[in-house]
Amino acid sequence: MNSGPLIRSQVDRLQALWRYRGFVFSMVWREFRGNYLGSLLGSVWSILNPMAMIFIYTVIFSKIMRAKLPGVADTMGYGMFVCSGVITWGFFSDLLGRCPKMFVENATLLKKVNFPRTTLPLIVFFSSALNFLIIFGIFMAFLLLTGRLPGMTILAFVPLLCLQQLFVLGAGVFLGTLNVFFRDVTHIVSIVLQFWFWFTPVVYPLNILPPGARRLVELNPMTRFVTSYQQIVLYNQWPQWSRFGWHMVGALLALGIGFVVFQRLSGEMVDEL
Amino acid sequence: MKSIIEARHVTKRYKRYPSQWARLWEWLTLGRRVTHQPRLALQDVSFDVRRRESIGIIGQNGAGKSTLLKILTGTAQPTEGRVRIGGRVSALLELGLGFHPDFSGRTNALMTCQMMGLSRAESERLLPEIEAFSELSDYMDQPMRVYSTGMQVRLAFSAATAVRPEILVVDEALSVGDTYFQHKCMQRIRAFKEKGTTLLFVSHDPAAVKSLCERALLLDQGRLVRDGEPDELLDYYNALVARQQHEEEIRQVENDFGRRSTRSGSGHACIETVELLDQQGKPARAFRVGEKVRLKLLVAFRRAVADPTVGFIIRDRLGNDVFGTNTRHLKAVPGDFAAGEALEVDFGVTLNLGKGHYSISVAVHQGFRHVENSLDWWDHCLVFQVVPGGEAAFVGTAALPISVETKRRQRQ
Repeated sequence: MNSGPLIRSQVDRLQALWRYRGFVFSMVWREFRGNYLGSLLGSVWSILNPMAMIFIYTVIFSKIMRAKLPGVADTMGYGMFVCSGVITWGFFSDLLGRCPKMFVENATLLKKVNFPRTTLPLIVFFSSALNFLIIFGIFMAFLLLTGRLPGMTILAFVPLLCLQQLFVLGAGVFLGTLNVFFRDVTHIVSIVLQFWFWFTPVVYPLNILPPGARRLVELNPMTRFVTSYQQIVLYNQWPQWSRFGWHMVGALLALGIGFVVFQRLSGEMVDEL
Repeated sequence: MKSIIEARHVTKRYKRYPSQWARLWEWLTLGRRVTHQPRLALQDVSFDVRRRESIGIIGQNGAGKSTLLKILTGTAQPTEGRVRIGGRVSALLELGLGFHPDFSGRTNALMTCQMMGLSRAESERLLPEIEAFSELSDYMDQPMRVYSTGMQVRLAFSAATAVRPEILVVDEALSVGDTYFQHKCMQRIRAFKEKGTTLLFVSHDPAAVKSLCERALLLDQGRLVRDGEPDELLDYYNALVARQQHEEEIRQVENDFGRRSTRSGSGHACIETVELLDQQGKPARAFRVGEKVRLKLLVAFRRAVADPTVGFIIRDRLGNDVFGTNTRHLKAVPGDFAAGEALEVDFGVTLNLGKGHYSISVAVHQGFRHVENSLDWWDHCLVFQVVPGGEAAFVGTAALPISVETKRRQRQ
C-alpha cells in the first residue's frame, strides 16, 4: 500500500489541530473559570484549596502531630515528603481519572459538530496541567518562604512530569476510546487508581516496607517517579536519569497504542455515542 | 459545473449487539466470532450536488436522513462507499451546542466561532456582527442561563452563520424562535444562497423546501428512492406520510370499535385470522379512494361442515351497511370440509368508498341464511380508513365513477 496519502492525512490532521489551538486554550480556560463562576472569591479558591492541603500536611502533621520521617532531622520533613508525593500523584490520577470520560461526556458535540476530535484529549491534558501548575506553584512558593526551596534540581521536575503525563495521555486516549464501547472502563480506572495510590510510596517512605513488599512496589513504574520527586524536594538530589529508560519506552508505547486504537475506532465511535 | 459534493454508493451499517457481553466476546475473538446484527441505515446512496445548488432532503423518521447528514458534515464515516466534499461545511443541526450556562453570551458566541475552526482574533472581529444580528445587545454580557430558549437560539444561529460557508446544512428540527427571527434566518440563508453557498436543507415543511430548493432527494428506509423536482417529490412523500399517520389514527379508532366487537355462532367453524392487505400484500389500515385491497380470511373447522359460505360486510361509522357479499353470491363454492381442515378465502375489493372510517364484519355460515345457521360471526373485526387520493373531491360513502361536461349555450 502506498503510504503517501496516509502521511498526508496525518499532516492534514496536525494542521487542523493547529488551527484549533485557540479552541483548545479557550476550552481549558473556560473549564478553569467555570469552576469558580458565581462565587465571591472566584479563582482565589483555586489557590486557597491547595494552600489548605499544604498547611494540613506541613503544619498540622509535622509541627503539631510531630509525624517524622526516619532519617530526616527537619520537623517539616514529613510534610514536604507527603506534599511532593501527593501533588504529583494528584496530577497523574487527575488526568488518568478524567480521560476515560472525555469522549462520552462530549457525545453531542462529537455527533453534531465536525471538529478535530484530538482536541478533546488535549483539552483534558492542559486543563489538568493548569490545575497542577497552580498547586505546584503554591508548594514551591511555600518552600521558598520557609527557606527550603531546593536548588537547580527542581528543573528535573520538567522532564519527569512530561514523561509521566505523556504516558497518561497515551493510556488516557486508549481508555477514553475504549470507554465509548464499554462504559465499565471509567469505573475500573477509578478502582485501579485507588489501589495504585497505596501501591506507590506517596504517603509512606519506601524503606519502611518489608523487603518482599518493597520489591513488588518497586515494579510499579510510578514508584520511581514519586521517589524522584521526593528526593528533589527533600535532598535536592538529581534523579537517576538512566533508570527511566523503561519509562520512556512505556510512554512511547502508550502514546503509540493510544493513537492507533483511537485512529482505528474513531469512525465507529460516533455510532456508539 | 463541477460537483461540490460527490456521494458514491454510500452505505452505513450500524452494529447492534444483543448485549455488552456479546460485544466483548466479538472483540476478544478479534472479530472471528460475529455476535452483532448489522442494521442498515443507508444503502447504496449516490448523488452529486453542484456548486450553488440547493437541495432538500426529505424522508420520514428512520429513513436515514440524520445518518446522511452526519456523513456529509463529516462526523460519521460511511461503512462503504465514499463522500467527497469540496468546501467548508457549516452544519446547523442543533443550535447552542457547547453553550455553557454560566458564561456570558459573548464568551459563548466566541466559543461557537472557535469550534467552527476560526481563530480567536477572527472570532472577536465577528462579535459586533453577531451581536447586531441576534439583537441581544443588552444581554451579551449576561450569563447564558438568564437567556430564554428563544434568545439562546438567536445567539447560536447568529454565531453559527457569522461566516458564509461554502456548504450549509440546515436541519428541519431547527427551531429558531419567534416568527420575526425565523424570517430573518430564512433571509440570511437566502442571501448565502445568492452569494454562492450550496444548501442542503432537511425539512418536513413542504413549503420551505419548495421555496428554497430546486431539487430534492427522498430517502426511504435508507435508500435514495427519488431524486428530482421538489414538487413531484413532496406529493409522493405526503402520500407516504399521510398513509402512516392515518394508520396510527386508525389503530386508536380500532380499539374503540374493538370494545364493541362481538362474536357469535355455533362454533363448528372459527375464523382464525382476518387480514386486510394492500396491493403489495402488506397489512394496512389506511387506503386511498379507489385503492385495490385484499381481505384474507382463514377459517378452521372443528366439526364436519358441508358447503360453508364465507362473507363479509363493510359498514360506515354510523353502522349503515355499505357493501357486503359472500362466496356463494360470488359463485366460489369450496365444497365440504372435515373436522380439522381449514379454508382460506381471499377477497379482492376495490375501495370505491368516500373518505371516512369503516368497519368490516366477517362470518362463516351454512346455507343461504346466515342468521339461522351461523357458525362464526365476528362483528367489527377490523376497522380501516379511506383517505382522499388524487380524485376530485366528493361527499358521501360511494365513490361513483364520474365525468362531467360543460358547454356554454346561447339562450334562445
